[in-house]
Amino acid sequence: MSANATTPVKEDIEAQGMSYLDSLPRRVVTVYMPLGVFVFVLLFPFYWMATTALKPNAELLSREGNPFWVVAPTLEHFRHLVFETPYPDWMLNTIIVSVAATFTSLAASVFAAYAIERLRFHGSRQVGLAIFLAYLVPPSILFIPLAAIVFKLGLFDTRWALILTYPTFLIPFCTWLLMGYFRTIPYELEECALIDGATRWQILTKIILPLAVPGLISAGIFAFTLSWNEFVYALTFVSSSEVKTVPVGVVTELVEGDVYHWGALMAGALLGSLPVAILYSFFVEYYVSGMTGAVKE
Amino acid sequence: MTLRAMRRFLDNRNVLGLAFMLPAGVLLLLFLTYPLGLGTWLGFTDTKIGRAGQWVGLDNFQYLAGDAVAQLSLFNTLFYTAVASVIKFALGLWLALLLNRNLPFKSFFRAVVLLPFIVPTALSALAFWWMYDAQFSVISWALMKVGLIDRYIDFLGDPWNARFSVIAANIWRGVPFVAICLLAGLQTISPSLYEAAALDGATPWQRFRFVTLPLLTPIIAVVMTFSVLFTFTDFQLIYVITRGGPLNATHLMATLSFQRAISGGSLGEGAALATMMIPFLLAAILFSYFGLQRRAWQQGARD
Repeated sequence: MSANATTPVKEDIEAQGMSYLDSLPRRVVTVYMPLGVFVFVLLFPFYWMATTALKPNAELLSREGNPFWVVAPTLEHFRHLVFETPYPDWMLNTIIVSVAATFTSLAASVFAAYAIERLRFHGSRQVGLAIFLAYLVPPSILFIPLAAIVFKLGLFDTRWALILTYPTFLIPFCTWLLMGYFRTIPYELEECALIDGATRWQILTKIILPLAVPGLISAGIFAFTLSWNEFVYALTFVSSSEVKTVPVGVVTELVEGDVYHWGALMAGALLGSLPVAILYSFFVEYYVSGMTGAVKE
Repeated sequence: MTLRAMRRFLDNRNVLGLAFMLPAGVLLLLFLTYPLGLGTWLGFTDTKIGRAGQWVGLDNFQYLAGDAVAQLSLFNTLFYTAVASVIKFALGLWLALLLNRNLPFKSFFRAVVLLPFIVPTALSALAFWWMYDAQFSVISWALMKVGLIDRYIDFLGDPWNARFSVIAANIWRGVPFVAICLLAGLQTISPSLYEAAALDGATPWQRFRFVTLPLLTPIIAVVMTFSVLFTFTDFQLIYVITRGGPLNATHLMATLSFQRAISGGSLGEGAALATMMIPFLLAAILFSYFGLQRRAWQQGARD
């Protein structure tokens, strides 16, 4: 650290975030190169998914040539997926289940969060704590007894099994997030409305909800991706092909026998990832604030 | 009851609170609290799929304690969680510190980095499975070309290779979560603290050690609690990449309980295995939460 002793001013400036005074070679080694490696490693599987999906079978199964490049790109795997497998059905199921579960959870969570945070009914603090604890219960512990319950309710192998069980992890998350969001809305607004004779229902729908739209979007986007990505419940509670979701369908039905159809598998993985990736790209800020907000509270 | 009295009754905070809690409460009680209890109860029975079980006391637990595969799965779970969490924390913190610098296209980098976390894990696990293929692995191909190895690596055929391969996939998926959450924490630290430290002659390492780390500790505690929780109960990666093989070398408690309960039909045994995860989970939560929390207090008290 002798360099620092001779140039204390430089270090001071860097601390203020004016790191442009750092010499370029130093920045390249300490910042850009590690960051480049991180980005490469984090994105490579997606690149590999995409190139594999576009490669004809002959290219996939040859050890000649450069595997990082596609010589003769083909959409054959996508055609196979769309026209010769139940993939479109899985896609439709995933959309139906995710949308239904998200809206159910969001609606239930808005009421719950408002009640806990603003109505402050008797015992609301304990209920808030219970919601947080519910958030920590992992699906890997719940799926066996839930399977028994789903079976008993006659919901086994239906979309309802998923629509009704996904809220178990969505509601705690959305409620927790919305509680934090409602807390930032000034209480005075509600008091004014109460004095003007508004009912609680009017306050909720006409004052709180319009102000909480960013929070609702965060919670909704996050809940949608969580239900799109869900795997254990969908694997356990559904067995026939027509009601499977994309992740489960691709993993259980496209992987068969000894010969793996890597092209079709990767095409399926890519198509199944795209909707959440696109949605995410439009709402990055909401997503990040949802994720970090839930952790920071 | 008059209309007005009725309205006043409905505006009572306890009545209204109960009504507002009803949808969430019913769903959570029916599909979360009840199954949690039911799961524990099932663990003490010999229930099979399609047949109600009898109370058998601790039989399942005794059997599992002596079962070599269950013991192995416990070891695997602990090993997987410990190694993956430590590396995820180190890499995640590093990535967060890099992203916290003054960078061009900062928000673009942040958005791109989070991608592995948001796409369905089961699907990205398929990509890893393909990259770990014994014959056509692109990793082996690249290492061969560079000249580091002379034979394709058998990623998933050898027990230890398989363990480290799934751990690598888990780290790939978890680092973005840790990094982005810690970045949010880093952004709340006031630059004037670093300025003051630098004026006092603190080296970059000292600034990290005595400014960044103490102020970040509360967030680290929460983020790592979640990270440990996700890792300990991981299911998708293992199920897709190895299904617990080779020779049960990568079976985690979650995947083994799925195999015993759903594929094998012994709901009771699987539920017992899942119940056995709860004490470990509680310990992990308490350790990472209170352990790190107390360090934050100590540091606060020392000042």
